[in-house]
Amino acid sequence: MPIDRDHALAWMQRFADEMAEHRQELVRLDTAIGDGDHGTNMNRGMQKALEKLAASEQADPGAVLKTVAMALISSVGGAAGPLYGTLLLQMGTALSGQAEIDQAVFVVAWRKGLEGVKARGKAELGDKTMIDALTPAIDALERAADLPAGLQAAVGAAEQGMNATTPLVARKGRASYLGDRSAGHQDPGATSTYYLFKSAAETLAA
Amino acid sequence: MKKLINAADDVVADALHGVEAAHGDRFRVTYDPFVVIRADAPVKGKVGLISGGGSGHEPMHGGFVGPGMLDAACPGEVFTSPTPDQMAAATKAVDGGAGVIHIVKNYTGDVMNFDMAAELGKSDEIEVETILTNDDVAVEDSLYTAGRRGVGVTVLVEKICGGAADDGRDLHQVAELGRRVNAQGRSMGMALTPCITPASGEPSFELADDEVEIGIGIHGEPGRFREKLGPASQVAERLMGPILEDLPFASGDRVLAFVNGMGGTPLLELYIMYAEVAKIAAEHGLTIERNLIGNYITSLEMQGCSITLLRLDDEFIRYWDAPVNTPGLRWGA
Repeated sequence: MPIDRDHALAWMQRFADEMAEHRQELVRLDTAIGDGDHGTNMNRGMQKALEKLAASEQADPGAVLKTVAMALISSVGGAAGPLYGTLLLQMGTALSGQAEIDQAVFVVAWRKGLEGVKARGKAELGDKTMIDALTPAIDALERAADLPAGLQAAVGAAEQGMNATTPLVARKGRASYLGDRSAGHQDPGATSTYYLFKSAAETLAA
Repeated sequence: MKKLINAADDVVADALHGVEAAHGDRFRVTYDPFVVIRADAPVKGKVGLISGGGSGHEPMHGGFVGPGMLDAACPGEVFTSPTPDQMAAATKAVDGGAGVIHIVKNYTGDVMNFDMAAELGKSDEIEVETILTNDDVAVEDSLYTAGRRGVGVTVLVEKICGGAADDGRDLHQVAELGRRVNAQGRSMGMALTPCITPASGEPSFELADDEVEIGIGIHGEPGRFREKLGPASQVAERLMGPILEDLPFASGDRVLAFVNGMGGTPLLELYIMYAEVAKIAAEHGLTIERNLIGNYITSLEMQGCSITLLRLDDEFIRYWDAPVNTPGLRWGA
């Protein structure tokens, strides 16, 4: 079954719930190698996004993602606001005007989002950032036989990508100031990205 | 954690209410989005200067809004860069027809949000120049890091550019001057204790009672290395060594020496540090022509300090000495 507007709304609601639930976990991860605000910021941003979604009618899945993107850009700050904002804005723009989204179109949107994140953050795979979870998850989504299988595979791949950030030395963001001391800590941005895919699998496959 | 707050989520808004209550005669404060603007902005024909950054570094930046320094400041959440909306609103509020300069400290989030603000602002036809500060020698500047952090020199850039803007210099001249100040300044900081953000409630790092962290940032980021706490003279050597080597400063240079407190260190100790800095400067043949000592770019309640040296020329001195009237810095006015 393709993804429609209600799916997208449920996805964003679920992601907001995950950010609220895992706020302290993300703060702890970020305190170790950053400045300790990732969980607080993502939670604040997604609560603001839910308010914006409730305040106006969204025409299609692309519009839902664009509304969330604008709310994140204007309320989060830090690095996460522009990065998640760019990801969802690029995805929303790629999906613009389409009432129903299939696996292939969804993959194209994620690729646009990933390109946007790379350009905004000037980061690449292996720099110990959210890109390390995004890249394998999108690849897994693309390889799968159908959308539900793809979403499941993407969660697994995002989780592996997230875990794989632990031994890496950060090359971007505040964690990079630590140099070798950043190794041994899981990246908070890759962790919130894992929750984005987990929320997607729980809401979009139905 | 013990803090004088009402609720962790409200610290920025609550503090801004205090700023407005105290300084309502000189500032306009907006809350959606958070911006502190000098009351008489925009000043017609003058280059507008704005800056912004996470809260928790007071008096930077809001305390430097006023004649002779910034026209507006955008406070983010604690240690979190402000959003593009704030920067766009500030830019619009201070544009007196001569363009606006964004003074941005080199942190990933600050740079990205100011980039997005500049992209959003393009349609508004306000000419914007950006000065990026990156003076922290504790960070290796390489492809493998986010580059050097902007720290103490930011205060000096804001003051000197403020003087030049008041003097009627144009957008490109003020921006070039600011970049030159950044290029001639070097800083390094250290901590005796970590700080605690209201949202996390936990210390940003753990330090044993007899240890210090050398090369810290201003957001409770851990530094380059830690060691046993020695006398102030030794701490001053640890910070001055990398600063002097990096520019490098040379015998005969005229400098501004800035000893900055991180928020929890008494002035008594900052003056002890200044004495050591002055001694080391003299040993290297530097002449300290101007100085600044106090808490100007802080990291909540962290104990510690940073040292900034700026190589001076006559133009820097002229605009450093120019009148300034802000809650955080005031002379000649």
